[in-house]
Amino acid sequence: MSRLSLVSKLAILSDAAKYDASCASSGSTKRDSLDGKGLGSNEGSGICHAYAPDGRCISLLKILMTNFCIYDCSYCVNRVSSNVPRARFSVDEVVDLTINFYRRNYIEGLFLSSGIIQSPDRTMSDMVRIARKLRHEENFRGYIHLKTIPDAAPELIEEAGLLADRLSINVELPTDVSVKNFAPEKNPAQIRKAMANVRMRKEVAKDKSHTGKRPPRFAPAGQSTQVIVGADASNDAAVLSQSTRLYSSYKLKRVYYSAFSPIPDSSSKLPLIRPPLQREHRLYQADWLLRFYGFDLNEITGVTPDGNLDLDIDPKLAWALQHRGLFPLDVNTASKDMLLRVPGFGVKSVQRILSTRRHRTLRYEDLACMGGSMKKARAFITALGWTPGRLTDSADLRARFAPAPQQLTLL
Amino acid sequence: MRHIALPKIGTAVAWRDAARALLGERVPPSDVIWGGDDTPPELFANAPAAPPDRSDITVPRSFVALANSVVWHSDPQRFARLYALLWRVQSAPWLMSDRGDAEVAKLRSLEKGVHRCQHKMKAFVRFREIGDPAAPRRSFAAWFEPTHHTVEPTAQFFCRRFGDMDWRILTPDVSAHFEKGVLRLEDGADAPDLPDDAHEELWVTYFRNIFNPARLKVAAMQSEMPKKYWKNMPEAVAIPELIATAPARARAMAEAAPTLPPAHAASAQAMQMRNVSEWTGSACAMRDALEGCTRCDLHKGATQAVPGSGPVDADLMIVGEQPGDQEDLAGRPFVGPAGQLFDQAAAHAGLTREALYLTNAVKHFKFTARGKRRIHQRPTRSEIDRCAWWLNAEIKQVAPKLIVAMGATAALATTGSGQAIMNRRGKIEDGLHGGKVLITLHPAYILRAQPAEVAQQAMRDFQADLALARRIISGDAVSPSESPAISG
Repeated sequence: MSRLSLVSKLAILSDAAKYDASCASSGSTKRDSLDGKGLGSNEGSGICHAYAPDGRCISLLKILMTNFCIYDCSYCVNRVSSNVPRARFSVDEVVDLTINFYRRNYIEGLFLSSGIIQSPDRTMSDMVRIARKLRHEENFRGYIHLKTIPDAAPELIEEAGLLADRLSINVELPTDVSVKNFAPEKNPAQIRKAMANVRMRKEVAKDKSHTGKRPPRFAPAGQSTQVIVGADASNDAAVLSQSTRLYSSYKLKRVYYSAFSPIPDSSSKLPLIRPPLQREHRLYQADWLLRFYGFDLNEITGVTPDGNLDLDIDPKLAWALQHRGLFPLDVNTASKDMLLRVPGFGVKSVQRILSTRRHRTLRYEDLACMGGSMKKARAFITALGWTPGRLTDSADLRARFAPAPQQLTLL
Repeated sequence: MRHIALPKIGTAVAWRDAARALLGERVPPSDVIWGGDDTPPELFANAPAAPPDRSDITVPRSFVALANSVVWHSDPQRFARLYALLWRVQSAPWLMSDRGDAEVAKLRSLEKGVHRCQHKMKAFVRFREIGDPAAPRRSFAAWFEPTHHTVEPTAQFFCRRFGDMDWRILTPDVSAHFEKGVLRLEDGADAPDLPDDAHEELWVTYFRNIFNPARLKVAAMQSEMPKKYWKNMPEAVAIPELIATAPARARAMAEAAPTLPPAHAASAQAMQMRNVSEWTGSACAMRDALEGCTRCDLHKGATQAVPGSGPVDADLMIVGEQPGDQEDLAGRPFVGPAGQLFDQAAAHAGLTREALYLTNAVKHFKFTARGKRRIHQRPTRSEIDRCAWWLNAEIKQVAPKLIVAMGATAALATTGSGQAIMNRRGKIEDGLHGGKVLITLHPAYILRAQPAEVAQQAMRDFQADLALARRIISGDAVSPSESPAISG
């Protein structure tokens, strides 16, 4: 086999990594290199250094260490039965690329994942070597996200968590049955145990010793996971119910939803479809409602008969249209919890309403400069000088927000 | 009428000093004309002399933060607007939290513009190496064209990030130079002729390949990365071609027929099978069987089944209700808060945990998810019954001299009676397995009991029950059959 150039390796191993949606680089410990002895900083909120024409942010150098893999997961471009070109980076090549990209201000850090080669332990220990060299030899203080291999030895996971800002393991599909069908070598119970293990280590690392010393922090930016949507037949209720389970059980920072997208040399087991981007978008909206707006799972998935979210309108609006009896709300007196349920109002605009109404009564025009979408909100609120009248209960309210129905073409 | 011209470098401090002086002299906003350093110097006098010390002037902290951003905006009216608001805030301090006020809203939008410009500068500055890559301190340079005067407020970010290298960011407005750890701001520059950098080819390669042609969303890209920045970003040259070829690439992927697995697939899979047997080969068959248990629905939400732990020849078996949040994560019983309380009470009663076999009536954690928390739920009778299959297997294996059932669930599972626990605690009952069961409280009940006196009494009862258990198994106490406490 001829030796591949660095450019061709990078082409193969970034192409193989793009189906992982995660790109976050925020929420870790604050660091800088003002002492002149290292490279990099971390300031809480991450930075998107570029955007690809798919609208996704490029924050980290997202690559696979290798795309050789002994697993045969149908949805994955790197499965053993696929004929895509294969490549493998050396430890030094990954370290070099990361440092040189970082110095040119292209990236916030490294997101390293890998196919499984030989054994889970072998793969994980190579990934840990890369992180160790970045941190200890190059004094790199930027962001590192390592994908962990569920079956790897505990001491490798331990070291990975001390070197990296974030660890992640993908649950891949919404139900255990689907994982068994499409990823025969993966064990959902094993994946959950690995996530449980990360949560426990994080909690242990929070305790001070009797001398008051804090142990080094374990994966300070937390753990995340990804679910592929649209590859199996699970409905949105199943997807979101798995998410609430993961958030509450393992304190995940994020669950990423990735619309199943056609891959080069796809498997005959999976449908080749246009990726359900709108469904992915609605799932993210619902996920936000669950975490930041005080909604219960049943409230969101209970408003449609088939347990799937309405693709035409956002889930909060869908809920509000089914609960019109609670509206219109007076923005000058309604509670914070209820204001958060008004379609068009976000957490920030609600905060602004609360802080301003302490001083005076809000007029409709005031709301317009508070960041909310009044086009949506106006049907559900009253303010000084505004009442929606019959709008709230009008039969065509949904039609005002949903996209116009498409006329069927004869051809 | 006052004329005040502010310098291009150090604008924030100069504006603050000038505004403080004017406010000290009670000069109303209508009497001040503000200019930047681009106004002809003969038109304006300089800023007022050193400000008089006016400690009676109070400025809300939120205004200071707002002003420190807005002074860098390119709007020529920014200084005047800020001073006008500062003047109003003196008599109406609540204005800063009034998001409906038109002038506050305008300044907030200027602030947002500056923040966005700063953010884009942090993101889109692209350095090229201009020195020797092997030098102990490498050097880099960038050409950037910001929308507002953002170099000065953003330079510190680059100092914090690139502390071990020399760098300069040249812009038409102000240029920042960082050498040997010292930052220097200078006047603007013309676009420099920077040397080629081999890493740009690698970066463009990465940009091309991380793009997924099946999810083209051009508008989403452009709203975050407007075209005005493209000319100084090496990766932008790839964008038109990526957009143009995306639909055809996506179609080609969809139309390509599935191929046969490559030759190495079989041997790689064989390697995989060897790994499987390594991971799951466990000595204890029951543990493995329990792991796969789906006898009731509780396995769907839990992380894992939590088997009992302890020596299989233990004299005393302790049965609790079900694993909690911590036990579910760890896979071991009694490691959470209730377990710690149990350890305390057991130590007090003279029992060592290592000599006990600890288990639960139900082996999976039952909970409801509320936001980021899991709230414990009591198992139903049918769940307890189904799980008794495992409990009975454990009892048979360990064959303890005595079982201590903690709480109503354990009592139900071991004796079959679901009667109230308070009247039964401290007494010995006949177990379904044919042996003796001592009923006591569950430590989680003691943790939750209110007020403190009730909790303390419960703890004393619990300790007394464990002490009785110890005496029974060591033969110090009257044997269970002769115990006066036996009911019925």
